[in-house]
Amino acid sequence: MDLILEGIKKAFCLIFTLDYEVLKILLLSLRVSGTATLISLFFGIFIGIIVALSRFPGRRIVVTLINTGMGLPPVVVGLFVTIFLWRSGPLGFLGILYTPTAMIIAQTIIATPIVMGITLAAIQHLPEKLRLQILALGATHLQMVWIMIKEAKLPLLAGVMAGFGGVISEVGASIMVGGNIKGYTRVLTTATVMETSRGNFDIAIALGVILLALAYLVNLILTQIQQRERLR
Amino acid sequence: MKFGNVVKILLYCYILGILLWFETSEAKTGPKSILLATTTSLRDSGLLDLLIPIFEKKRGYFVKTIAVGSGQAMAMGMKGEVDVLLVHSPDAEKKFISEGYGINRKIVMYNDFVIVGPFEDPAKTKEVKLASEAFKRIAMTGALFLSRSDHSGTHIKEMEIWKSISMNPEGKKWYHETGLGMGETLHVSDEKRGYTLSDRGTYLALKKSLGLEILVQGDPNLLNVYHIIEVNPARWPKVNEAGAKAFVEFMISMEVQQLIKTFGLNQYGSFLFLPGAERK
Repeated sequence: MDLILEGIKKAFCLIFTLDYEVLKILLLSLRVSGTATLISLFFGIFIGIIVALSRFPGRRIVVTLINTGMGLPPVVVGLFVTIFLWRSGPLGFLGILYTPTAMIIAQTIIATPIVMGITLAAIQHLPEKLRLQILALGATHLQMVWIMIKEAKLPLLAGVMAGFGGVISEVGASIMVGGNIKGYTRVLTTATVMETSRGNFDIAIALGVILLALAYLVNLILTQIQQRERLR
Repeated sequence: MKFGNVVKILLYCYILGILLWFETSEAKTGPKSILLATTTSLRDSGLLDLLIPIFEKKRGYFVKTIAVGSGQAMAMGMKGEVDVLLVHSPDAEKKFISEGYGINRKIVMYNDFVIVGPFEDPAKTKEVKLASEAFKRIAMTGALFLSRSDHSGTHIKEMEIWKSISMNPEGKKWYHETGLGMGETLHVSDEKRGYTLSDRGTYLALKKSLGLEILVQGDPNLLNVYHIIEVNPARWPKVNEAGAKAFVEFMISMEVQQLIKTFGLNQYGSFLFLPGAERK
């Protein structure tokens, strides 16, 4: 118990003294996971809507695949991204293994199915008649899609939070494709793993507390947006 | 707030992200970066955190340290995925060199392996001098032994000792395979009150959070030597030859050897590594 209190104390120390090392780790976590979430939003919402609004043979299989992808194990993603990005791998010429870019790629792959699955469910949940009505009022298809996104913004924002939560807390892929390099690809989760194995439990707990606080802050902003919409 | 505003906010965040990006990621790929594959035991000891910034400042390279087991480090070297290796698995290293995967192998430093375990010492290993004898006793009493099982230098040393007493402990009830790094395995041993083989450096660095004692030490067979190896650039053109060479030179330089000697003395009251370069 003492250890946990010690860790929380340490967390406050690290935050309020603006420890440079920790600040860098924190900003990198935010940047990598934030960028990955934004990219996954683009692909996730785009493909999610297409699948939600179209009917084609084998659609059920595609939907099942997307739903399975929501549980994609980060280590498996990490392994495949690593193999592709190796110097000897098919994308080795890019030379981006063990860089933040590689981490963003891996995290985007993890977050996209999550956003996609939730988008799919959210759009399908809208009444079928709404779509017909919009079209009957003379909207173009693009306008129709835009209105439906607006109608489903509550669950869509939940998708954003789920996607961000999935990648900011992920460690397996980040450590494999990032390498946990000091001051370069070390994020909150990989630093926590490392400090634990070094026996610095107080710092590990402190990093955990900072990670939770960061996740809370980001979700607070998103929830603020989500719930404000609701009151209208 | 309109939905459009939300999109706008997200876009601003994105632009902000891009700006932060440029602020911190200048020229860290390409000819000025070196990939170093090393062991978890070295990373956990903190020695590299001391040495690498000095090298980066002096020579202007950016060193990316990937901490894995010696086995994985060499496997990465065989594929030309990394530029330089800092490992401690001599037999495998010799094979690595003779098969043409690496060049310029230099001894950097050494310490020793120790058998650590709970102070109750159920297998009475404290009474023996030889590691093989201690392992025999552990096997005979069926006392819990934790193995790294990750093809690291430490694991390979452990397997050598088992082999020397013609034992195959795998699958035995008292033999647990963690598959983790040195630091983690020490903590598992501590929790389970079991024995394990560790390098002295990692043990000393973690000692404060462990309830384990050194039970066997000083057996010549327990010597732990770290070598630095350049991955053969003739074999893989993508290997950063100049960078690897500079790093090897740095690691065997007088200055670094002196730093290795004094590393940890103040903090742990004992040496963690002994410089080895001049003893060639």
